[in-house]
Order: sequence, then C-alpha cells, then structure tokens
Amino acid sequence: MSILSIRNVSKQYHNHLAVDNVSFEMPRGSILGLLGPNGAGKTSLIRIITSITKADKGEILFDGEKLNLLHPERIGYLPEERGLYKKMKVGEQLIYLAQLKGMPKKQAKEEIEGWLEKFEMSSWWNKKVEELSKGMQQKVQFVSTIVHRPPLIILDEPFTGLDPLNSKLIKQEIMELNRQGTSIIFSTHRMEQVEEICEHIVLINKGQNILQGQVGQIKEMYKDHLFKITYQGSFHQNSSDPEVLEHVDNTLTIRLGELGEANQFIKSLMDRGMLIQRFEEVLPTLNDIFIKKVTEAA
Amino acid sequence: MSKLQLIIQREYLTRVKKKSFILTTLLAPVALALFMVIVGLIFSYQGDDAKNIMIVDQSNVLDGKMKDQRNFYFSFTEKKDIDEISRSNSDKDIDGILVVPPLLDLSSKKHTIFYYSDNQLDIEGSERLQSAVRDKIREYKIKALNLDAAQLENLNMQITLDPEPLTQTGTDDEKAQDNPSPYTSIIAAAIGGIMGFAMYMIVFINGVMVMRSVMEEKMNRVVEVMISSVRPFNLMMGKIIGVGAVGLTQIVIWLILLPLITIGANMLFGFDTQQTMLDASASEMINPEELEMMVTQIMVELKAVNWWLIVPCFIIFFFGGYIIYASLFAGVGSAIGDDLAESQALTLPLTIPVIIALYIMFAALRVPNSTLAVWSSIFPLFSPIVMPARLAFHPPAWQIVLSIAMLVLAAIFCVWISSRIYRTGILMYGKKGSFKEIWKWMISKD
Repeated sequence: MSILSIRNVSKQYHNHLAVDNVSFEMPRGSILGLLGPNGAGKTSLIRIITSITKADKGEILFDGEKLNLLHPERIGYLPEERGLYKKMKVGEQLIYLAQLKGMPKKQAKEEIEGWLEKFEMSSWWNKKVEELSKGMQQKVQFVSTIVHRPPLIILDEPFTGLDPLNSKLIKQEIMELNRQGTSIIFSTHRMEQVEEICEHIVLINKGQNILQGQVGQIKEMYKDHLFKITYQGSFHQNSSDPEVLEHVDNTLTIRLGELGEANQFIKSLMDRGMLIQRFEEVLPTLNDIFIKKVTEAA
Repeated sequence: MSKLQLIIQREYLTRVKKKSFILTTLLAPVALALFMVIVGLIFSYQGDDAKNIMIVDQSNVLDGKMKDQRNFYFSFTEKKDIDEISRSNSDKDIDGILVVPPLLDLSSKKHTIFYYSDNQLDIEGSERLQSAVRDKIREYKIKALNLDAAQLENLNMQITLDPEPLTQTGTDDEKAQDNPSPYTSIIAAAIGGIMGFAMYMIVFINGVMVMRSVMEEKMNRVVEVMISSVRPFNLMMGKIIGVGAVGLTQIVIWLILLPLITIGANMLFGFDTQQTMLDASASEMINPEELEMMVTQIMVELKAVNWWLIVPCFIIFFFGGYIIYASLFAGVGSAIGDDLAESQALTLPLTIPVIIALYIMFAALRVPNSTLAVWSSIFPLFSPIVMPARLAFHPPAWQIVLSIAMLVLAAIFCVWISSRIYRTGILMYGKKGSFKEIWKWMISKD
C-alpha cells in the first residue's frame, strides 16, 4: 500500500504553473528521490504534501486518507531553507517544535535527550542556537524533523552544509529510520546521493513528472546496450565486429544489439588469441538520464 | 495545550524572560520620573548670576524703597550723573544702573526707564525689572491721584463659568453626576489625553513589535518549519496575542510601580505634596482656602467621572485597536523581504493613520463634539485613539455603540486580510512585496 498517492496534482502561481498534473505513488517504507533541476517545482510539490499550500487541482492521499489537517503531525519536514529560532536554547526549541507536532512535553523531552545523546550533542541543551556552527544547527534541525517519529519524512537537500563525517552520520540515521519502516522523500539534484540512497525516483521538470519508477528499472529502460571489454593481446577490428565506440588502452566500448551478440563477439575475440580480463554492461548513471531527459524536454 | 496556546506561550515567555524586558519594564518608570525631574529643573532654572543694581530715581517715584528680588539686589543713589556713578564704581561691584526718569504726565500709560550696563539683561530679567517698577509706579500714581487702593483692588475679579444642564432628568444622584462643575472639562480633557496618548503608545509599540517578530521568523527561515506544523493563521494570531499579552503585562507592572515610585521618591527626597501645593498657591496668588476647595472639587469630579463606562470602553478599544494595527503590521512584516530598507515604504501607510489619529485626538480634546472628532472616533483606524479621549466628555451612546461595532468589524476584516497577505508573504523569500504584489496575495485563492 502506498504511504502517499499523488493524483493529477496542479498548482498555479499567477502566471506560472508550478506543478502541472503530477501523479505518482510512493510505496510505504520506501525511499523516494524527488529529482529535478532548480525551479522545477519540487519545493512547490513538497509544500502541497506538507499542507503548507493547497493544490488547485488533483488529490493527495496520505496513508489511504485524503490529506487533512491532522496529517502534518505525521510528516517530518526538513526544508531546504533551514531555520531555527536563533535566540532560543537547543533543548527548549526542540521541545517546542515537537509539541507543535503533537507530542506531549514529557515524552518529547525524553526522546530529544536520547537523540542528542546519540549525536553526541547532550552538552548543547542549554546553548542558544546562534552559538552553534552551521553544521551543528543542521544536526539540531535534523533532530527536530524526526523526533516525533513520523511515518513520512521529507528531506530537502539534507546534506548541504554538512562535512563528510556528519553527512555519513545523517545518512546512517536516514537508512536506519528506513529500516524501521519510515518512508522517506529525498529531494535533491545531487545524483550520486540518489543512486546511493533511493529505490524509487520521480523526476520533475517544468512542473511535470517526466520520469518515475524504480532506479534499477529506469536504468534498464535507459540503457544504451553499451559494454566494456578489457583484454590482453592485440585487437584488430573485423568487418563482422559490432560498432566500437571507444578504444582506450586495452579497453573497448561497444554497442550490441542484444545480449546474445555478446557471446559471439567474446568467442570471436578469444579465437583471435586475445585474453578477456573483464566484460561488463555499461548502465547509464542517473546523472546521464537526468541530463538526457531534461535536455529532451527543453 | 493547543498549538495556538503553545505559540502564545512561547511568544510571551521568550519576551518576558528577556533581560532587556525586565530592565526596560523596571527602569522605564524610573527613567520617566528622572526625565520629568530633569525637565522640571531645567524649566525652573532661573539663572544664577546675582546683579547689583544702582537705582537713580530722578523724581523719587520709588520712594527710596525697592524690594530685593531673586538675583536682583537694589541700592539707591543721590547722584544724578551716569558717568560719575560709573567712574566711582571702579571696583565693579555694581552691574547696572537703572534710571527712572520723572513722571511728567500722570495720565500717560507709557513710561520708559533706562538700564545702563555693559552686560545686557536677559529677557526674563528685563521683564521682572519692568514689572517691579510698574508696580511701584502704580502705587505712586494711586497716591498722587488720591485714589482708594482697597476699592481699586475690588476691581480685580475672577470669573468662573459654571456649566449647568438645561434639562434635568433621572434620579438625584444622576443629577448630581450630570451637573458639571468648572473643572469637568479640564478633568475630562486630562483623562482623555492620558488615555488617548497611552493608547497611541501601546498600539504603536506593540504593533511594531509584532512586525519585527514576523520579519525575524521570515528571515530566519524558521517560518517554513513552523507552518509545516501549524496553520499560518494560528502562527500569526499566536504572535499577535502573545505580544499583546507582553504589552498588557508591562502596563500592569507600570500601574503598580508608578504609585510606589512616587511614594518612594516623596519619602526619599522629602517632597511634601501639600507643601508643594501651598507653594504653588503662594506663587499663583490663590489663597489656601480657595485651593482646598479646588482640590475637593477635583476629587468630587474624579469620583463623578463615569469610570464604569470609561474603563471597559478603554479596554475594548485597546483590544480592538491593537488587533487592527498588530494584524496589519503582521501582514506588512510578512511582505518585507530580506531588505530592511524597503520596510520603510511599506510601513508608512500604517504609521500615517496612527499619527493622524494622534493629532485628531489632541483636537478632539479641545472640541470633543466637533464633526471631525465625532466621525474620527467612529472610523476604526482612528477610533482606538480618538474615542478614549472623548469618553470622559460623555459622548452620546449611539456614537460609542456605532464606534465599537465598526471597531469589531474592522478588527475581523483586518485579521482576515492580513492573514491572506501573511500566508503568502512569509514564503516569498527575496521577493519584494510591492503594493501590487500584496494586492495579488490578498485576492489569490488558497
């Protein structure tokens, strides 16, 4: 069952159609990459899901129910534009934000203490937010996003501004939450992170959903039937060989019509006395697919 | 606790717990008292350079007598020649020579006296000299014209206008209340002025505080997290109510502190209110009995003031006015981008009515039933400041009712319109909120 169903959602701002008839399903417990170039409409869509704004058209189901006023409490949202009350103390602020998400004060305090301990931030409890570094503030904000244990977390560029160590820490936590069953929407335009983390993606461009599905399936769909062969010996191209796209040192990049041709070609190479060290299919990166789809659309 | 309550609580506590709040709340009355003492001292400063003045009374008009006054010490000389006196004054113990020429015509109303000195007299000093000599010449003329001084004194009269109602209705008690005394309008003006001005300060200061708070949340970007948890309307109202409660707390503390400080200051510096009044009566030439009667009359008047109408109305107008302006300021605050400079242009349409209302209030104190005063006290952008100033002048009931009805409607309307601006404005980062843009936000759908 889907934790989130977006059905034909549109949102218009004056003369600008920010979200244009977008539909997708997000399976419960999955990590969904919401991708798109700057200004594609990702944030507009997220704001609709978090009930910050309303859609002009379409329907959104959260956990099978039509989105209502109680749902924001069950969503954790880390906006791209980060912000906390600078003059407020860390502990006080986290309790306040958790209470606004419907958590009782006592329970909020216990949970927050646990999280701060986990992130080795217990000593920050009485520090004002303005006394913390940017990275530290990010961690506090991350805690505020997840402390009420929402079934759906929306993270908009969660790693910007974090050093590699803290990035790793946050990534581990995201994976851990996911293992515990939390569904996560991960919005970014950094493709290497998406490949690493996401199972599903939705690619939005100019407000429209131009690509969606499981990462593996999408790569399969967009593959160019390219293969790389690394060999020992010498290679002279025969007329019956498939098209060689690149030949660098002892590595060939070729395009094959179907997988069966591969066996024939390898056999022919071996017949020529060449030693095959490596043979692999080259799948497109999400980055390649992203650029291809976005340029196509333009 | 509901989310609105949580927001109100945070807005209230973060402000009230601040050191700056505690300091300003405690020190403001002290600073105000200090300020008033200093202003009083400056105004009562009379100069401190004593002057020895030699009088040349050419025809003995002054009769060789002239009472020394503060900073003026007089002596008479028989010599008539200025140069001679000046020469003999080698050690400079005389600062000036006052020459009173002979009075040639007793019926003349203009006389000129001369003051010789290298140092000019200040304005106040010359006025005092003139009036001292005038009094003496008057005495001289009374004697010379053989007039009766006591009879003349009777010509100095004081006229009091005692207003009486034309139609008397109601019980005797009400009649007593309705019967205005000479002090009624003065007291009403004082009460009205204080209330109108207090309203202006409260509405303005707290309204601006709400605006700053909205701007801070927007610039910190914390607002996006907030409105993913609460409705923008609740966030705005929580802020307005929380900040309003801070203002109310401050007023209550001041109301308690001010009398305490006054009593404390009296004990510390030994000011005696009655003594001060007696001093005042001495200088104003009012006899103590008259003064006592005046004080009693004022106390009676103060008791007769319709506090049961004025106080609740003041509170209603406080809430109404505060909500109208605070919500509009919140709306404007949400429209201001990261550039503080543009806030000037956007707040101007709000500050202008407040300031106009203040001036109308002053005008209404003088003529409380003028057309301007009446309609301004009904127009909701002015009424929170103008109507409290008129309340002590017994405005007709229909005006109060109409004014409150308009106030309530306007408050609802302003909250509604501001919340529409607010919910769009707070998410418009880096975008300039022009008036055209704000208009679009107002009319846009959700």
